[in-house]
Amino acid sequence: MLSRTADNLYWLARYMERADCLARLLDVTQRLAQLPVAYGGSTNEWRSALLTAGCADQFKLVHGEDATEQNVINFLAFAPENPSSIRNCFEIARTNARSVRTALTIEMWETINSSWLELKRYSTKDMTREELARFLSFVKETSLRFDGAAYRTMLRNDAFWFSRVGMYVERADNTARILDVKYHVLLPETEHIGGPLDYFQWSSILRSVSALTSFHWVYRESVKPWLVADLLILNAQMPRSLTSCYQNISRYLDDIAAYYGRQGTAQRLARSTFTRLSNSRMDDVFQTGLHEYIETFVSENNRLGATVTEQYLL
Amino acid sequence: MTVAFDEMTNADGSVRAAYTALARWLSNVPPDVLDHRRKEAEFIFRKIGITFAVYGDSDAQERLIPFDIIPRVLTGGEWSRLSKGLEQRTKALNLYIKDVYSKREILRAGIVPEDLVYQNPVFRPEMNGQKVPHDLYVHIAGIDVVRIDADTFYVLEDNARTPSGVSYMLENREIMMRLFPELFAENRVAPVENYADELLATLKSLAPTTATSDPVVVVLTPGIFNSAYYEHSFLADKLGVELVEGRDLFIKNDIVYMRTTEGPKRVDVIYRRLDDDFIDPLAFRPDSVLGVPGLMSAYHAGNVTLTNAVGTGVADDKAVYSYMPEIVRFYLGEEPILKNVPTWRCREADHLKYVLDNLHELVVKEVHGSGGYGMLIGPRADKAQIELFRAKLKQDPNNFIAQPTLALSTCPTFVEEGIAPRHVDLRPFVLTGSDKVRIVPGGLTRVALQAGSLVVNSSQGGGTKDTWVLEEN
Repeated sequence: MLSRTADNLYWLARYMERADCLARLLDVTQRLAQLPVAYGGSTNEWRSALLTAGCADQFKLVHGEDATEQNVINFLAFAPENPSSIRNCFEIARTNARSVRTALTIEMWETINSSWLELKRYSTKDMTREELARFLSFVKETSLRFDGAAYRTMLRNDAFWFSRVGMYVERADNTARILDVKYHVLLPETEHIGGPLDYFQWSSILRSVSALTSFHWVYRESVKPWLVADLLILNAQMPRSLTSCYQNISRYLDDIAAYYGRQGTAQRLARSTFTRLSNSRMDDVFQTGLHEYIETFVSENNRLGATVTEQYLL
Repeated sequence: MTVAFDEMTNADGSVRAAYTALARWLSNVPPDVLDHRRKEAEFIFRKIGITFAVYGDSDAQERLIPFDIIPRVLTGGEWSRLSKGLEQRTKALNLYIKDVYSKREILRAGIVPEDLVYQNPVFRPEMNGQKVPHDLYVHIAGIDVVRIDADTFYVLEDNARTPSGVSYMLENREIMMRLFPELFAENRVAPVENYADELLATLKSLAPTTATSDPVVVVLTPGIFNSAYYEHSFLADKLGVELVEGRDLFIKNDIVYMRTTEGPKRVDVIYRRLDDDFIDPLAFRPDSVLGVPGLMSAYHAGNVTLTNAVGTGVADDKAVYSYMPEIVRFYLGEEPILKNVPTWRCREADHLKYVLDNLHELVVKEVHGSGGYGMLIGPRADKAQIELFRAKLKQDPNNFIAQPTLALSTCPTFVEEGIAPRHVDLRPFVLTGSDKVRIVPGGLTRVALQAGSLVVNSSQGGGTKDTWVLEEN
């Protein structure tokens, strides 16, 4: 297929996934920020959201140090000057979709197109919490519908595989970032690790990735940091875990390689990351430091993305 | 003005043969059913229309082209004469363009004046003496035809560059079959849905002789901002070929490649929906970013087929149009099956005199004009406008032609006040391959929705209809 088509499909899937992640991030941030004041005191949830999304620097250019709830929500959800705002994700996804219209199924196109039209109905000014909640669930539903449409209707060929690779590369990045929220959110000095606030923060993270119920099913005990990390990093049953993402990335890259009759650097990189994740134990992760482990992973994941681009998409 | 010929109903009120079943159906169907189906059609089209125009922005709805649910019907006999005429005309167009860029016999014979070629802005000196694959230039032609009476079809215009509209022909049929299956049970309507297969066969037959037996065909689009982008992607989809932009192609050693995930892939035939001016910044407009640098060089080396060929515009302006009957006779030694609208060439003294004496009843057009600009419609013009054109004509007669105002045929059309006659034209699509000429029975019928209006143009309130050709028993 045309490199441009593959590139568009890859990024289309990434942007749809990113929009979903941003919606989840805003969700969890709002939850954290709404903690009873008795627990909280002055915390920094909204700034942490910016750090997690990786756009603190851009935010500073627009709003300076003023990381209020309203500013951060506007910036992450709607700001035209933030290239990764939810609105821009949808815009870019739709532009990509239009230029590869022939590579998409009707269902995929209609999901993207109708969401793009609906997006205009949400005004950015003075959004109430209810409106924001409605907006966030609209974004998450759009991603679900797009993903479902792709899964149910696309031919299983390189077009499908490239879009899946894009989705999982983005999802791995997003899972890692959401897990890292906890690193950026300060625990007030009055609170101690394992205390009620700490517990609440970790369970909010699970909830934001729809994993709280799964957590209980898998571990059958109360929420603990290393178990949350285990679920989101190492547990292959968990569809958002880094291991699961890399299992899928490897698989789809191998499908592409088999189809084209040639393996390359991207396949090797993906496989080695997957192997390393499969062989990791939570003790090792915490020994390195969770935040450091995640940082390393994010840059490794970026390198894979760049390699895929170089190998196929130019 | 004379009363227009109606394609369904004779002057005495009897129904013409082609419309027997349709007329019966129309008289039986309750008006509210018709109205309901029209709304349904509108709804479906809006959905598809959304795919047309959503693209742009919120004026999507304005950009929908209205669709009329009453089909236009031609008999098999009418069609077979029409299609013979179309084939003949397209053959002549091809021979004419080949001649213009090689021996120029028709110029030397004094049949077409030299300045019509050499001073034509779309004449491409780059094509002089260049051989094109299979000696064919116009592979996809849209010949606009109007009807005057039961027997007379006139060609209104030849479109030999990148004629559009075929996606409407296909979508219109699709929607009619969905909405009115019972009508298709009663009428034996020749299918059009094989257009894509015919087009692909045509394109493959045109591949350079150096290509493999399974040549690689692509559709080249200017991109998503082009107003016909929907049609480009629609066609690529139906053909099952890649829809490429200029940046997807590159030239190496005079061979055209596209960039794919598996590396460079050779391209043999480019169905380009991009004007000559933009296809190669090295040969034509240097500021074009839509084209492919070096494409003309690969083309001249005979390594790729461009459809349509470069320089076909030299055959489809209004001045050349007036010579088409002579062009048909000159190359084919036959009488033209399809007539031209009678045309006065103001460049000829006696024609000019006639035009100046009869301005109030003629339509005067600029030779290179299009879209209704620079036009005088005598019967509707006031004195000042007529005098203005008189002065223009005297000053630069070469730049004008004149034609009588025609009474275009009408077809029953579902409008506000019910079913009423409205003027129509027809654009059939003629495919010329190296093996044969293919014409899908039908074409795009455009209809002027305003009562009495002759303007079928979609930008001025025109709509479209499904066009039926009935198969003979």
